[in-house]
Amino acid sequence: MPRALPYLLLLPASLFLLVFFFYPFGLVVVESLTRGGEWTTENFTRMTAHWKFSQAFWNTVWLAAIVVPVQLIMALTMASVVQKLKTGRSGLLYIFAIPLGISDLAAGLIWLAIFEQSGFLNSILHGLGVIDRPQLFLGYQSLWVIFLAVCLAEIWRATAIMMVIIVAGMGLIPKEYNEAAEVFGASRWQRFTKVTLPLLRPSLQTALILRILMAFEVFAVVVALGGTTLPVLMGETFQWQFQLQDRGIAAAYAMVILGLSVAFSLVVLRLLHVPKGARI
Amino acid sequence: MSDLTINAPREKDVARAGKFVFWAGIALLVLWVLVPIWFLFVNALSSPAEVTSFPKRFWPSFDLASLQFFWNFQGVTAALWNSVKVAALTMILSIGMGAPAGYALSRFDFPGKEFFRVLVIMTRAFPLPLLALPLAVMFIRTGLDDTILGLALVHTMLALPFAVLITFSLFSGIPVELEEAAWTLGCNRLQAVIKVVLPLALPGIMASAVFAFVISWNEVFAAAVLTIENRTLTAFLLQSLNVSPLPLKFAGGAALVMPALIFIFAVRKYLFAMWGIANR
Repeated sequence: MPRALPYLLLLPASLFLLVFFFYPFGLVVVESLTRGGEWTTENFTRMTAHWKFSQAFWNTVWLAAIVVPVQLIMALTMASVVQKLKTGRSGLLYIFAIPLGISDLAAGLIWLAIFEQSGFLNSILHGLGVIDRPQLFLGYQSLWVIFLAVCLAEIWRATAIMMVIIVAGMGLIPKEYNEAAEVFGASRWQRFTKVTLPLLRPSLQTALILRILMAFEVFAVVVALGGTTLPVLMGETFQWQFQLQDRGIAAAYAMVILGLSVAFSLVVLRLLHVPKGARI
Repeated sequence: MSDLTINAPREKDVARAGKFVFWAGIALLVLWVLVPIWFLFVNALSSPAEVTSFPKRFWPSFDLASLQFFWNFQGVTAALWNSVKVAALTMILSIGMGAPAGYALSRFDFPGKEFFRVLVIMTRAFPLPLLALPLAVMFIRTGLDDTILGLALVHTMLALPFAVLITFSLFSGIPVELEEAAWTLGCNRLQAVIKVVLPLALPGIMASAVFAFVISWNEVFAAAVLTIENRTLTAFLLQSLNVSPLPLKFAGGAALVMPALIFIFAVRKYLFAMWGIANR
């Protein structure tokens, strides 16, 4: 009995993973590769032939390529600032962590309040005398503004999760390393790049993988700010599943998102690899 | 050392300038996080006419008409109630299955332990909301489609990996010796857990339960795919985005944000401890 106990304790969670994780992923793969009960790649060829596909693909990739590096720098800055603070630390951490609890839909609505035609950006510009009539920012004529608004909303919303992981990681680095570097005359910047960053690699790995995945899943922010004017992969998946009722092509889209996620996770793991002996 | 003393006055200036930049940076970051939320609440607490007027005031008029309009809108209260039910169920399911698994991982050494841990971590490298696509089919077959339980099961899949990893770190932080002492005093294994370990781990378990609640409360994609009649608040807002007037959107956004703010505040102490261990 005692030997079986750990397995019994793991049983519910394992069964759950099996039924609601592995089985459905198998189903998605099958669904994307079959049409009308036959094995085929037609879903993929149809998907890529549709004019929205390459737009959705590149919008998603560019969004991730712009948002994630900015967030990494901001999260590192926030974390370093908090580390240096002596008083008011927990208050500041709470404020920085607030967006963590805010859903992507709510974040989209928040930035809609700023960018819509009678919104706060127009009001500010009007107050400054830059414009005399409210401008339409989120129209289909100015796709790049929608793109920019989505970038800002994403940066605003999801920097917190990286910050929290990095702060937690910094807390695990023994103070002695930094003190030793200081004794040897390393400047603050040198200490950051030569001591803190390398020791932070496990946290950076987690933060980047989680964040890149979220970037490829971007959906509600885009819908809130631009409807379907700015196609992204997850939005197209939703469209095919719901409006167009074609589950095969929706599954093909899902495979593309999955492929991107796995590929980039592997890249991050490889780039920030920490040898077994070098962990703290 | 001598050039240090010569440069002293200049360094003092540099230090002062550095300090100024430091605090200005903090102020900017705080504003960056808080101002967008402020704008949303200004909109939510103004009358519908004010929300669509131009130029905007930057201070709410504390007119509750927008919120009243939102509250009385067809389907809103039902959606709110659904959101609460799904989130509560997610909370119970993920802790109910996650805590035993976390306990097993922290207290026992057994073959397959590392495999299970990697498995749980691995699930985070997949875009989990996509699971909703195949599960939609599976649920129609089993009669779980468009039910609170069906959606809660998918949300549990999102929250379970976190619940396992967080409770694992919690239980690891409680010395085994306490349990052993309870055994020598005549407790059996289960009694020791209930009387000694649980009271100590309870605050942390509550925090991870709250975290599961927030994950479910905020989730948009799976909720929108899996529910038609019994929509949650996020699904309701998303699907009425292109038809609903602005005051409704902003009041809805505020209703989404408010509980999240409170929850993150309630668990702020645990946020960092949670992620520190989840890194490894």
